[in-house]
Amino acid sequence: MTHPLASLRKSLACAYPAVTSETIALGAPALDRRLGGGILRAALHEAYAETAADAPAATGFALALARRAMAGAEKPLLWARQEALTAESGAPYPPGLADIGLDPAAVAFIRVRDAKEALQAGAEAGRCATVGATLIELFGEARAYDLTASRRLALAAGAAGAPIFMTRVAASPAPSAAASRWLVRAAPSRALGANAPGSAAFAIFLLRQRGGAAGQEWHEWRVEWNRDRGAFEDRTFDAPSLSGPVASLFVGGAPDEGASQTAERKFG
Amino acid sequence: MSAERLTKARRRQPNANSDDAPLILVKKERSALRIDALDRKAIALGLTPGMTLADARARAPHLAVAQADADADERLMLRLAAFCEQFTPLVALDPPCGIMLDATGCAHLFGGEAAMRACVLQAMARLSFTGCAAVAGTPDAARALARFGAEGVTPPGEDEIFTRPLPIAALEAPRETSVALTRAGLTTLGDLADRSSAALTARFGAETMRRLTRILGREDARITPLRSLPECMVERRFAEPFLDLAAIENVLRPLIAEAMGILEKRGEGGRAFEARFFRTDGAVAALNFETGAPSRNVEALLRLFHLKADSLADPLDPGFGFDVIRFCVLRAETLAQSQIGFERQSAQESDVADLVDRLAARFGRERVLRFAAHETHDPVRAASYVDAAASPSSRPTLWEKPEPGEPPLRPLFLFDPPQPIETMAETPDGPPMHFKWRRVRHMIARAEGPERIAPEWWRNAVGRERRTRDYYRLEDREGHRFWVFREGLYESETAAPRWFLHGLFA
Repeated sequence: MTHPLASLRKSLACAYPAVTSETIALGAPALDRRLGGGILRAALHEAYAETAADAPAATGFALALARRAMAGAEKPLLWARQEALTAESGAPYPPGLADIGLDPAAVAFIRVRDAKEALQAGAEAGRCATVGATLIELFGEARAYDLTASRRLALAAGAAGAPIFMTRVAASPAPSAAASRWLVRAAPSRALGANAPGSAAFAIFLLRQRGGAAGQEWHEWRVEWNRDRGAFEDRTFDAPSLSGPVASLFVGGAPDEGASQTAERKFG
Repeated sequence: MSAERLTKARRRQPNANSDDAPLILVKKERSALRIDALDRKAIALGLTPGMTLADARARAPHLAVAQADADADERLMLRLAAFCEQFTPLVALDPPCGIMLDATGCAHLFGGEAAMRACVLQAMARLSFTGCAAVAGTPDAARALARFGAEGVTPPGEDEIFTRPLPIAALEAPRETSVALTRAGLTTLGDLADRSSAALTARFGAETMRRLTRILGREDARITPLRSLPECMVERRFAEPFLDLAAIENVLRPLIAEAMGILEKRGEGGRAFEARFFRTDGAVAALNFETGAPSRNVEALLRLFHLKADSLADPLDPGFGFDVIRFCVLRAETLAQSQIGFERQSAQESDVADLVDRLAARFGRERVLRFAAHETHDPVRAASYVDAAASPSSRPTLWEKPEPGEPPLRPLFLFDPPQPIETMAETPDGPPMHFKWRRVRHMIARAEGPERIAPEWWRNAVGRERRTRDYYRLEDREGHRFWVFREGLYESETAAPRWFLHGLFA
C-alpha cells in the first residue's frame, strides 16, 4: 500500500503537469548565453513590431522561432492571423514561407476576423499536443488580449508543451503572462554579391524575460536568420549600443560589410 | 404505406383582443377586399371565403379584420412542418394549409395509428391550432378524408369504402367541373367511381380522374418530404420537458454513442451531423456540423457540438423545455474499423484533423485553410489557399525546396492586387533608387534584379493582356525588404512602365 501523501502527490502531478523548463535555443551563442539557454518551450512569447512597417519582420522572427521549436518534429504549425493585417502587410505567401525554412504543407492557416477570434483559435490550437507551434497575429491595441487571456494562452502552452507565439502590430507593449517579450525591427541584411539583399536580419530587443534580468541592461541584438542551418546567427560584434533604437540603427554593422555599408553610415 | 393527413381548419387562432370578436383575414381580389380566411365564430355568422369585406361588415359590424399575409402563413407552415418532424422524419407540406406525415414504420412507436393521430392532434391543440387529421392508405385519400369527411383512421385496404361517401367537392376540381358533375346528378365520389372511367376522362379530363383514383386508393402517390432521410437517426423523448442546458451533454453523449454504434456496424463514419431540439412550444432549433474525415469519435463530435453551440448568434434556448432531442447523421462514408493507438503516426494525424474540424466548426470552413502548390512560373498562381477540412494533409508536398546558400527569393507576404508605387530610377530599365509607398519614401540601399517573369500568354484574355514583369528585390536603409516589379518592357512593350509593390520580405 502506497503512502497517502505519495498518491496525493501523484494525482496532483496529473492535475497540474509540471511546467517544463525545457528551452529552445535560438542558435546564436551570445544571445542564448544572455537568455540562459534560450526561450522556454512550453510558454507564450510575444514579438512586437516596432512600427507597422516592421510587421513582416516581427512575423518572420516569430516564424523563425517556430521553426526552431519544431525542428525534427513532424508536427504542423497553426497560424491564426487577424484579417486586418492583410491590408496592412499582405497575405502569407507560401513560397516565401518555404524560403525561410518552413514547409508550407505543414501549416494550417486561419483567417480570423478580430482579436477575440484569433485568441480563441490560438487557445484551441495551443491546447492540442499534436501542434508543433502556434502563431497568433494581432493588429492594433486589442482589448480582448488582456492579462487573463494571455494567462490562458500561457497555461495552454504549458499543458501542451508547445510554444505559442504572438505578434503584435501597431500596439504598445503591455503586461501579460508571456515568458518573453521582444521588440522586433527589420535590420539591414548582409549584402551578397553585387549588393543584393541577403538573408533576413532582425534587430531584436528583449523587453522582458520571465525569471531573467531583462530590462536591466538595454541591449539590442542584431541577428540574421540562417535558413539552411535553421538557426539564428549573431551579427553584433562590437560593444552593445547603450542608447535608444534610433541611434543603434547603423552602429551594429558587421565588419564584413562592404562599401555600401560605409556609405550608409554617412546617411545615418 | 399508410399516410397521415393533417389539415388545419384555419390559419391562425384569434389573438387575445379578438377573442370575443369574430376574426376575418382579408386580401384584395378582383378589385375588392374579400375574405381570405375566417375563424369559427365568423363561420357561425354565415360568412364565407370570397365574400367582400363590405358585405361582411354589413352583416356583422363588430368583425375584427386583419390583412392576409401569405408569406407569414407559409413560414408558419414550415415551422409547423419542422415541429412535426418529431413524429416522423418524412414530412411534406400540403398546400394551402396542410401537412402530410408519412407514418410508415412510425405508428407503432406511438401505439398504433389511432394513438399517433391523437398524439399529433394533441400537440397541435397545445400549440393552440385546431386541426383535423385522418390516417389513410394514400396521401390523397387522407387529404380528402381530413378536409371533407370522416376524420379518423382508415383500416388498411379499406380506403375505397371510406372515401366513397365523400362529396364531389373532395376532388378539389375546378369550379366548372364540380358544377357539371353536380348537375349530372353525381353527388358522391362513389357515384363517380361507378361510372366508366373512359367516359368520365373524355368529359372531365384526365386530371380529375387521376385525383379520383388516388383518393379511392386505387393508385398510390408518394409524398416529397421537405428533407431527405438521414443516414441514421437517434432520439430521446422526455416525459417532462428537458430544461437543464448544462446537462445537455448527459443526453447527447449516449445519443451520439448510439448513433456511432450503428455506424460502426455498417463500417461507416459520419461526415455531416445534425442535432435537433424540439421545443414544447413548437420551435425547433437545429445545429449542424461537419467533420473533414469520416468520424465515429464521440468525444470529438461532442466538442464540435459545443463549439458550434457557442458560436451561434442566438444561443440555444430551452424556453419551456425540449420534448425531443434528436441526433442525425446526415452523411456517412466508409470508415474501416480501426484500432486506435496501433499506429502512432495516424493517431497524431487524426488529432490534427480533429483540431481542424473544431476550428472549421467555430470559424467557418472558408477561414481554416491549407496552402496548395501549383506547377506554374506565375508567382500569383503558384500558391493558393484551400479548405483545410476538405483536403487531406498527407499529400506529398509539391513545394520547391530553396537552394542552399540563396537568400529568400520570394516574399513572406504578398499583396493582392499589387500596390502602385512612385519610383525614381537612374535609368528607365534599372532598379529604383527610391520609391514612395503609402506616402513614405524608401531610400534603396540594396537591390537585386531583374527577375523577368513573362505572363502565361495562353491564359491571357483578349484585350486584357498582361505584360512582362521585371521583379526586383529591394532593401531600404532601415532594412525593410520589398519585392517590386516594373510592368511592361521598356520601349518594346510600353514607353512609361508602371511600378508596383508586390510583396514584403521578413
